[in-house]
Amino acid sequence: MPESTQDTNLPYAIRAYSAERLRDALKKMYLVRKFEEGAEDSYMRGLIHGTMHLSIGQEASAIGSTMGLTDEDKITSTHRGHGHCVGKGADLGKMFAEFFGKETGYCKGRGGSMHIADPSKGNLGANGIVGGGLPIAVGAALSAKRLGTGAVTVCFFGDGANNEGAFHEALNMAAVWKLPVVFVCENNKYGMSTSTERSTAVKNIAERAAAYAMPGVTVDGNDFSAVTEAVDAAVARARAGDGPSLVENVTYRWRGHSKSDRNRYRTKDEINEWMGRDPIPAMAKLLMDHHIVTEDDVAAIEAEAEGIIKDAIEFATSGPDPKVEEVIRDVYTPEATA
Amino acid sequence: MNAQNKPELRELSYAEAIREAMDIALEDDPSVLLMGEDIGVYGGAFQVTGDLVDKYGTDRVLDTPISELGGAGVAVGAALTGLKPIFEFQFSDFAALAMEQIVNQAAKVRFMLGGSVSVPLVMRFPAGSGTGAAAQHSQSIEAWLGHVPGLKVVQPSTPEDAKGLLLAAVADPDPVMIFEHKILYKMKGHVPEGYYTTPIGKAAVRRAGKDVTIVATSIMVHKAMETAEKLSADGIDAEVIDLRTVRPMDRDTVLDSVRKTGRLVCVYEGVKTLGVGAEISAMVAESDAFDFLDAPIVRLGGAECPIPYNPELEKAVVPQVPDISAAVRDVVQGRV
Repeated sequence: MPESTQDTNLPYAIRAYSAERLRDALKKMYLVRKFEEGAEDSYMRGLIHGTMHLSIGQEASAIGSTMGLTDEDKITSTHRGHGHCVGKGADLGKMFAEFFGKETGYCKGRGGSMHIADPSKGNLGANGIVGGGLPIAVGAALSAKRLGTGAVTVCFFGDGANNEGAFHEALNMAAVWKLPVVFVCENNKYGMSTSTERSTAVKNIAERAAAYAMPGVTVDGNDFSAVTEAVDAAVARARAGDGPSLVENVTYRWRGHSKSDRNRYRTKDEINEWMGRDPIPAMAKLLMDHHIVTEDDVAAIEAEAEGIIKDAIEFATSGPDPKVEEVIRDVYTPEATA
Repeated sequence: MNAQNKPELRELSYAEAIREAMDIALEDDPSVLLMGEDIGVYGGAFQVTGDLVDKYGTDRVLDTPISELGGAGVAVGAALTGLKPIFEFQFSDFAALAMEQIVNQAAKVRFMLGGSVSVPLVMRFPAGSGTGAAAQHSQSIEAWLGHVPGLKVVQPSTPEDAKGLLLAAVADPDPVMIFEHKILYKMKGHVPEGYYTTPIGKAAVRRAGKDVTIVATSIMVHKAMETAEKLSADGIDAEVIDLRTVRPMDRDTVLDSVRKTGRLVCVYEGVKTLGVGAEISAMVAESDAFDFLDAPIVRLGGAECPIPYNPELEKAVVPQVPDISAAVRDVVQGRV
């Protein structure tokens, strides 16, 4: 949770978080980037067979949006969810092991990239269905309210999901029941190949909050401080019992939708322009400008992240494969089938 | 059993039995809540929740907006995080609006997450024809959900089982789908007092017999029983099995019966093709019980059309006592 406030001329993140937390956030952004680069490299070298959805370029949104959460708070995530897992404190080794389909992975090799979850840290899981997590997040918020846990649920979804019926049903119910949930739309401008201009009747997805009588705000999703400021305010509102909010982080995925994407729906210029707005150097600069880290510190943090990824891949590749004869083990809860 | 000598044998309707089960579940466990459309002051479209809202309040008998997909998803999310929702669909047909959450989420999340979570969710589906509500309010879709690993699917046919299976479903850590036949809601029968469970995955032999096995589900159990009584006058001794659970199916009870009688007739209201009877038949055909068959297996199921409005047509598209009677006679007398 945010800790301190001093000079209001400082950017929000600098005011709200300790130097240690901010350095950790920068490290997590590197971890997301390097996890996904490692995943892509493994795929290219034929080491894994499944698909993946990379969030490279969106790291400020994932790490900024989870900055103010505790382990008791919940998240629901999306098919592009590696960053959300890291933000919620996932172990990189278990993430990679899942990616490699190992018994030592988060889902014991049953889920893969699209279903990584860590319920012990409040991560209810990525989701392969666009919009699938939206009502589930509302259910988690209903539990928090009924059971009086004080937990807040952050529900990640993409611009594509905002045209699913589940989005509208979920926002409406969250508002009617005044539930502690924050809807975080990561608007990376394309639902697969279809741009928001071609798919969505409103200019900003946050405008849709008005239809459900909740606050809606659009922020630069590549600006870590702007993301934390908006999401922390929404989390505080939810925690105070004042109900849900919608935050739209405008960002961009550098890579294609998935491995089948030939990038025929957008221009090289557009991709290059967004690559020039890389959220990670921007975060490093923010911390350097405020004397939280030096250039050498940044290099050391990046190197530390690289080391963690190297160890994670080592852990993953050396882990056991799941046993074929145990494939149906987790369909039902054991005591129930006895 | 002679009810006159046992005045303690209390009778409730099927709907009252379900309500009593929900009342017990709400009373016993603060994490249980009811969700659904118009289940509060209205009492539910079929008055199954009745006045429970007066006793437990609107937080625990929670009226949802008309949002089947969202409502089902909220129930899944709540089940993942410490609550035990009992979610009522107004009509089973409306499950079509919520299949994403039932099939892709509730059924799969435990498996996809490597067993790190369970989804203790109960869904209730008022099902079946006979009310003149036509094609979108009369289906029997238990086979759709029975096809999905991760779900359990039950079809109580009596008030006693309606209560016992619901309490078993609430106690179960996995998602249990309960198909309640609307025509049975007013049917009365003996219901034990207090807490008890009817085991999920166990069929019941409703009538012992030696000549032919009739495996029936839901309301068809009663039609099969009526048929069996009629046929006994003609010297045909039918065994009637109430399947009770579609998934997981009670293989032993069905196979033991077929080994004994050597003849099998399946009776169910869902569309015949690819329905529950297909699975029962295949189960027998793939087992040693096949060697005991003295006649081909016969299935009686719903016609290959949506449920029509006109009452005569509506009756004609699902098995009736004369249809069952004719089929059983044919099987027993070697005319198949």
